[in-house]
Amino acid sequence: MDAPKIISRRALLRGVGVAGAAAVAAPAGLLVSTSDAGAAPAAAQTSAGAAAGRQVYQHLTASEAELLEAMVDRLIPADALGPGAKDAGVLTYIDRALGSALASSRAAYTAGLAALDRYASASRGQGFLALNARDRDSVLMDVESGTVTPGIFTGNSTQFFSMVLGHTRQGMFGDPFYGGNKDFIGWDLLRYPGVRTTVTAADQKSLEADQLKPNHRSAYDNEMFVKATARNDAHDQDHNGDGHGH
Amino acid sequence: MATNLKGTDVVVIGLGAAGGVAVLPLAQAGIDVIGLEAGGVVTRRDFAPDEIRNNVRGWPFLSSHKTNQEAPTFRATASAAAVRGGHPMMNAVGGTSMHYWAQHWRLNPWDFKVVSETKRRYGANRIPKGSTVEDWPFGYDEIEPYYDKIEYELGVSGQAGNINGTIDARGNPFEGPRKRAYPMPPLRWTAFHEKMAAAATRLGWHPFPGPAAINSRSYQNRSGCMYHGFCNTGGCHVEAKNSTAVTTIPRAQATGKLKVVTGATVTEINVDSQGLASGVTYVMNGETFFQPAKVVLVASFTYENSRLLLLSKSTAYPKGLSNNHGQVGRHYFSHHQGAPVTALFPFDIKAWYGLPAQGVAVDNFADDNFDHASYDFIGGCNLWAMSDRRPISASGMNTLGLAPNWGSQWKQFIRENADRTHSSYNQKTTLPYEDNFLDLDPTVKDPLGLPVIRITGEFKDNERKIAQFSQDKMEQWYREAGAIQVTRGPVGGAMGASTHAYGGTRMGDNPETNVVNRWGMSHEVPNLGVLGGSVMGTSGARNPTHTMQALAWRTADHIAKEWKNIVKG
Repeated sequence: MDAPKIISRRALLRGVGVAGAAAVAAPAGLLVSTSDAGAAPAAAQTSAGAAAGRQVYQHLTASEAELLEAMVDRLIPADALGPGAKDAGVLTYIDRALGSALASSRAAYTAGLAALDRYASASRGQGFLALNARDRDSVLMDVESGTVTPGIFTGNSTQFFSMVLGHTRQGMFGDPFYGGNKDFIGWDLLRYPGVRTTVTAADQKSLEADQLKPNHRSAYDNEMFVKATARNDAHDQDHNGDGHGH
Repeated sequence: MATNLKGTDVVVIGLGAAGGVAVLPLAQAGIDVIGLEAGGVVTRRDFAPDEIRNNVRGWPFLSSHKTNQEAPTFRATASAAAVRGGHPMMNAVGGTSMHYWAQHWRLNPWDFKVVSETKRRYGANRIPKGSTVEDWPFGYDEIEPYYDKIEYELGVSGQAGNINGTIDARGNPFEGPRKRAYPMPPLRWTAFHEKMAAAATRLGWHPFPGPAAINSRSYQNRSGCMYHGFCNTGGCHVEAKNSTAVTTIPRAQATGKLKVVTGATVTEINVDSQGLASGVTYVMNGETFFQPAKVVLVASFTYENSRLLLLSKSTAYPKGLSNNHGQVGRHYFSHHQGAPVTALFPFDIKAWYGLPAQGVAVDNFADDNFDHASYDFIGGCNLWAMSDRRPISASGMNTLGLAPNWGSQWKQFIRENADRTHSSYNQKTTLPYEDNFLDLDPTVKDPLGLPVIRITGEFKDNERKIAQFSQDKMEQWYREAGAIQVTRGPVGGAMGASTHAYGGTRMGDNPETNVVNRWGMSHEVPNLGVLGGSVMGTSGARNPTHTMQALAWRTADHIAKEWKNIVKG
């Protein structure tokens, strides 16, 4: 099998050329045309399909991906303030995690997205994708508040909504290593100046004077951190970071 | 069939904050120690500043596995159905001292004498109804040398407030007298901390920097803190956090007297025909081993300490080891750390880089530092304004009714306010009660088929009144510092699994009401010791680790000094 000529976004950020980038690119099994895609490891390294300028998902079906993209686009929209969840690659984050750390949520996505579409059709006369932004928002408000017609969602529509919102924020504001927060869109939105391994008193003063520039680095741009360990996250619990002290 | 291993002097179950300390004085005394640890080894190269891995997904998965499988169930009262919660601790060499906040407080002298001091000052009727609180078997003076030992051996930064009775206004004027200053100055403050301190001073309070088991400058050839902002549930990439994994454990190993065994899950403490502990049984990779030992030290977390004793049933101890008086699991409480107050400021706090152990403390309303004559509770709260902010958690901030939780309006709100909110973390006096306890869950089991712990517990009136009082004080402090909006969390109900979990094997002179004696050794089993928060009978209004570690060192010292008497049985 030929090694695909894909350059990871992080490699690009580091200015690594094509030859160097091939070493960190995704296993070939993740590409659409290969014959043994099933042999691919669950976690991909690259934004697959980037060469063709489009996204290829490992776990979401085509219609699930369309619905989810339309949903996250309303949760954190692109607007006058700047790009949103869709631009930040939140879908890539969720898709990738559904094969590992969020595998236990896979069924909830399948059921929830189908229910979202059914509810849009039943209440607004058209599927979710056919609705304009305002109607999509009003559907999502019903889903969030749990005021959806009974029987459409299995269980609780509020639960589905907060799950997607939570994962959307993880993809938007988490380390770009996991596939989201593309071009540090999320961190820039929050005015977070970026992951640093050293913050001196002078850096803090500079931050307090609004003079600390965002550094736009992933934690794993620091060579000391072992990527293999970070990837080993295939458990099915999704802890919410609790605010309780130690 | 268990494989019999070669015997040793002392076996320590769990190499975390407490067990990891005790191994050093034992090894230095020439005693052979085997440390059994359920987790593995993680190093600073595993401690990436990665919020998804550390805080969202529960860091690090491989090490937290056992605790998750043994997560306790909990219920508020004995009539309620217990539900399964999470487990906040992790398994590894160093245990949760790898990723804890490392606030390293001494208890206040009052905390050791809650009953006698309350009676003396306010009368016996002020002891809350149903509480089983007792005075400790000794006072602050007895433990002071061990606090000092931990501060210097592990490394604690801070500002002394009382050296041999001389008050230093830069520190905590309410602290018990210490023999000498901390070995390192306190962690630095940000402009926001200065602002909070100034506000406290205007209110007539006494702000001071809190103590931390984190290097404020290089110490023992390890780096000072880098303030990178991923300390909460994250290990330290420069080993500035003084976990036992980088302090006492490697030093004990260097003596040649400590053997560390990882991946060992202890399932039973065994006894001989005379009712003495004979060693422990553990499972590793599906195989069972028996490790004989002359002395057994139980040093897992509070839940697992009680659990292991209750699981170790024998003819001599039919209700569980050291439980012939029915005290194992009693006097349990989770520290009341909840009831937060959240404030919004009209300016950036600049809290992205910092750590929860860095901040401004106020002790005016803690313990018995103020006159309680006009209040209907005893004890109080430590007020704490710290630094702790990461992007994902910041994005989940309470919008205080000023914006929805998504959409363009939210985006505008979060852009402006992600760094303008602050939540309090106020620790409160929490007492043991008759009807708050630990036992084995009748139905929920771990993958080895052994029952998990069931917590039955709720915060009572005294705790809820302190919570409300602490919220009043915190709101006053935030407003004085310029907060434009303040909101409060609920004052507390059921006790879930906590990082601050006390009791179950309480320490005291009376064997009718306590599992271990003043030295931390079992009243019933002379060669069995217990380490950790499970021996503490009061919490004070501050983090328990320093006290646990001082007690662990003291128990190990006692074993070394009394070796011949203890081993003789």
